[in-house]
Amino acid sequence: MKRFLDLVAGLYAFAAYCFIYLPIVVLVLFSFQASRFPLPPFTGPSLRWYGEVLADSKFTGATLNSVLVGFVSSAVAVLLGFLAAYGCARMKGRLGGMVRALLIAPLSVSYLIIGRGLVVLFNWAGVPKSLFAVGIGHVVINLPLCFAILYSQMSDNIIRLEQAARDLGAREWQVLALVVAPVLWPALLASFVLSLTLSWDEFLIAFLLTRFETTLPVEIWTLLRSGLNPKANAIGALVFGVSILLVVLAELAIFGKGKRKA
Amino acid sequence: MIRRNASSTTPYYLLAALDHRIDDLGELAPATPDQSIYLDIFARTFWMGAVITVICLLLAYPLAYLLANLPTRKSNQLMILVLLPFWTSILVRVAAWIVLLQSGGLINGALLKLGLIDQPLQLANTRTATVIGFVHFFIMLLTLTIYANFRQLSPSYRKAAADLGAGGLQTFLYVVLPLTLPGIMVGAFLAFVLAIGDYVTPQLLGGSNELLMPQLIIQQIGRRADLPLAAALSLILMVVISIAYLACARWLKLERT
Repeated sequence: MKRFLDLVAGLYAFAAYCFIYLPIVVLVLFSFQASRFPLPPFTGPSLRWYGEVLADSKFTGATLNSVLVGFVSSAVAVLLGFLAAYGCARMKGRLGGMVRALLIAPLSVSYLIIGRGLVVLFNWAGVPKSLFAVGIGHVVINLPLCFAILYSQMSDNIIRLEQAARDLGAREWQVLALVVAPVLWPALLASFVLSLTLSWDEFLIAFLLTRFETTLPVEIWTLLRSGLNPKANAIGALVFGVSILLVVLAELAIFGKGKRKA
Repeated sequence: MIRRNASSTTPYYLLAALDHRIDDLGELAPATPDQSIYLDIFARTFWMGAVITVICLLLAYPLAYLLANLPTRKSNQLMILVLLPFWTSILVRVAAWIVLLQSGGLINGALLKLGLIDQPLQLANTRTATVIGFVHFFIMLLTLTIYANFRQLSPSYRKAAADLGAGGLQTFLYVVLPLTLPGIMVGAFLAFVLAIGDYVTPQLLGGSNELLMPQLIIQQIGRRADLPLAAALSLILMVVISIAYLACARWLKLERT
């Protein structure tokens, strides 16, 4: 009986993993399709569609835009999150709690609503739809996350280090840049990479806030709207690869720090 | 009438979003039947969200249970494997499902070969496709929250229950299941909120025959440029999410004390 149950359990887990990985395996497999449609039978392997994608300036341009928006918005989000966390760690009592809650609350608002709000706000403020607007949007969604990560790392230990630095005559910016930032380096890196991942994958806000210069997810969207296209598989596989790479980096940033501590 | 129109704030759009209007006499009245589509779409959105959440729970709970009962090292590795696809862009996952669900696609091909169906099923651009896409995404999320919950459970609870004479099923129903409710609740909340707030999955997998709330909102912005109505619809969506959030937070707090 026990063996039978183990068998059922194993089969269930196997089926679950198949379900989870099926789309990705199929996507990558059919990105090497040689013929016109990404449907069985598989006619590859061929690099035909990767070639077409890489030769298409629309996609290379969008990729550059995505990288630009990702790096700049993540850097800003980490910087603002760091300063906010630094300040909040020194706020005691109700006010500090309220500021924290306000900073973290946007995490529970869907991107659709944030994007909608930004459209209205930018309309009113006269900011045209552009990569700049998307960058601001990505700062808005990533700031709460960066703040939450960095705030959780602001321990009493750091405050003592700071006091020591001040006693030794360091100025305020020196305390921040030369003492606090290096100590928090792994958390800073982790929140930067996480922001980068989210910005790289983010579609809705970019979709609502761009017109001519778009990011990669928006280009994929346009491609998917026009029906079956093997190019979509090739791009999808490339984007998947980049995302996984970023996640592995983030894991290394987080767990690498754990190891050093132990 | 004139005074009503002179005011700069109006409940018109909010009411319109709830299929109501203020009639000429200044009283609240339901909108005419040919204009009242929004409540239906709300109902459909929440119904879909609930169905998706329940399916995910039923699938993810056993998986989390199995993983949590393995040796720590192995189960952590397997868990990372579950979460890897979670980090792929939603568009990439949807693109993959579009390929899979085509009438000439792999799923229909497999079903035909197994003799389960005689002709290809219409899967792309249906509600079923939306549900499959969402379930695929949230099964990873729910497995994570429930797994984390299982990991915190000390095995001594189960031993104590067994010592007190509870059978396997009894232990599960009265000890294990209640103790993992927080993980279930957090995961279910996230799945529900993300499901009713997502635009990409229903638009690309479900098509525009049966609109869901986010599709309607985007449509109001894009095609019809009806910003106030879109704002009213977003507001209602946000209020529902906030209520769900407060209920969930309150319940978790009660649970802890």
